[in-house]
Amino acid sequence: MPILTNEMMRSIIYDHSSNPQNKREPNDDTYEKIHMHSDNCIDDIDVYLKMMDNKVVDACFTGIGCTISTASTDIICDLMIGKNREEADYILKQYDNMLHEEHYDEDALEEANAFSQTSKQAARIRCATIGSRALEELLKDK
Amino acid sequence: MYNVYEIRKQFPMLDGKKMMQGKPLVFLDNCSTTFKPQCVINAMNKYYMEETANSHRGDYDLMFNVDQKVQGVRKKIAEFVNAEPNEVVFTAGDSMSINLVAWGYGIKYLKKGDEILLTEAEHASNILPWYKVCEMTGAVVKFIPLDEEGRLTLDNVRKTITNNTKIVSVAHVTNVLGYICDIKGIAKIAHEHGALCVVDGAQSVPHIKTDFKDWDIDFLGFSAHKMCGPTGIGALIGKYELLDKMDPFLMGGGMNAKFNMCGDVTLLDPPSKFEAGTQNISGIFGFGAAIDFINEIGIENIHQHEIELRKYCLEKLEGFDNIIIYNKNAISGMLTFNIKGVFAQDEATLLNSKGIAVRSGQHCAKILNDFLKTPATVRMSPYLYTTKEEIDVFVDAIINGGDILDAYFN
Repeated sequence: MPILTNEMMRSIIYDHSSNPQNKREPNDDTYEKIHMHSDNCIDDIDVYLKMMDNKVVDACFTGIGCTISTASTDIICDLMIGKNREEADYILKQYDNMLHEEHYDEDALEEANAFSQTSKQAARIRCATIGSRALEELLKDK
Repeated sequence: MYNVYEIRKQFPMLDGKKMMQGKPLVFLDNCSTTFKPQCVINAMNKYYMEETANSHRGDYDLMFNVDQKVQGVRKKIAEFVNAEPNEVVFTAGDSMSINLVAWGYGIKYLKKGDEILLTEAEHASNILPWYKVCEMTGAVVKFIPLDEEGRLTLDNVRKTITNNTKIVSVAHVTNVLGYICDIKGIAKIAHEHGALCVVDGAQSVPHIKTDFKDWDIDFLGFSAHKMCGPTGIGALIGKYELLDKMDPFLMGGGMNAKFNMCGDVTLLDPPSKFEAGTQNISGIFGFGAAIDFINEIGIENIHQHEIELRKYCLEKLEGFDNIIIYNKNAISGMLTFNIKGVFAQDEATLLNSKGIAVRSGQHCAKILNDFLKTPATVRMSPYLYTTKEEIDVFVDAIINGGDILDAYFN
């Protein structure tokens, strides 16, 4: 993936926070669900995951959250859909590394690279990882 | 009034060198906690460097002196809120004070069908202990409705109270909206119905004159750290006859007169009966120094200073229609607001990026948001050392702050 400019990163975050495609109720009752809330932000979301034959068929979320948590959860859901468990785990690990300023595989993260500077606002790292932590837990449960 | 610039010189946190995000720190989250003047820090250090001994067991001079000083601070606190020294119990802070009333009085005396009256504007520390009392006794919590601006009125207290009400527990100043209620009037109504009046003083004692005796309230809790004192120390003020009949919720050394192997225990009289174990002695000394410091400035002057800052802030914000203010008419320092279309946490992050500390969220009053019809708000709260220049920085940031994502990309 080409290096994102600040302007591109901003517009990715804005798009996914103002119009989150994966912020929706699940279609049926075969989804696994986890509730997440934050003790330092208002974020309070339910994250849903549907797996079939070791593959993520769908990932979505409902609830309320700040700009960073909404956009990041939306993008992470995008990244999960269509991946098998190992690929999904790998992406989440790279994302977590990026947020904590460790070495990470930029290419695996696609639009999620927009959060590469979140650590500038340390209090918001938990917002940027609320969705990824949820999916990590849901993938573990399978 | 006093010279705020002179006062600031006494605070190490206000030495002008403290930065946040590369910007000079502007601390406007004083409802959460406050900075400490050097005299408070010195009083605490002095205990560790020159005065260390335990209290309660004064066989030698060093220890005797600690005991004397602890009792001196107790007297100081009593004078500060107009109570008797033996009505002052040291606690870890306001949360522990209210829990002590809930566990020591509520669980002992309340029974099924009894009512506890609260408001939706209470802090978690004045709701959750009472939920626990209900769980253990079968009593029920009822909420006194707020008026359209979020204030607690005597009329609504009268409409809600019944002869089953045993406790009315409210904040004198609420921590989200900052309204001051008529606590004397509320205590009178409570007593007419045979109920006790418990007051959460966390946001009032540091800012306005408190008069335990004149208001005829039964219990009052507050924390030192919100009034320039140390963390981990606070007080419960209780009418002596009530303290006498309630149970301690910590048992141990320093609170019993004698006990034997059959399990017979004789407790000391209040307030000692509630102070099991070694107390936070340096905290108590710091608490005393904080009260001296506030007395020197004058609590009335502090209140006037905050009102003036708030008025100044509101005048500067006038005409900016995209700012929603939730407590325009409160007579205290705090200002609770949102920017239209901006999530509270995002605004707080933007302010953080400019070196300004404010609190966003539900401010530990999670049920109030059903009333305010917003999931979260931003709260700006000044204190005795806040300047108009700091308000200028704050106002400029919320008016011309730019895009919330600047916090990450500039």
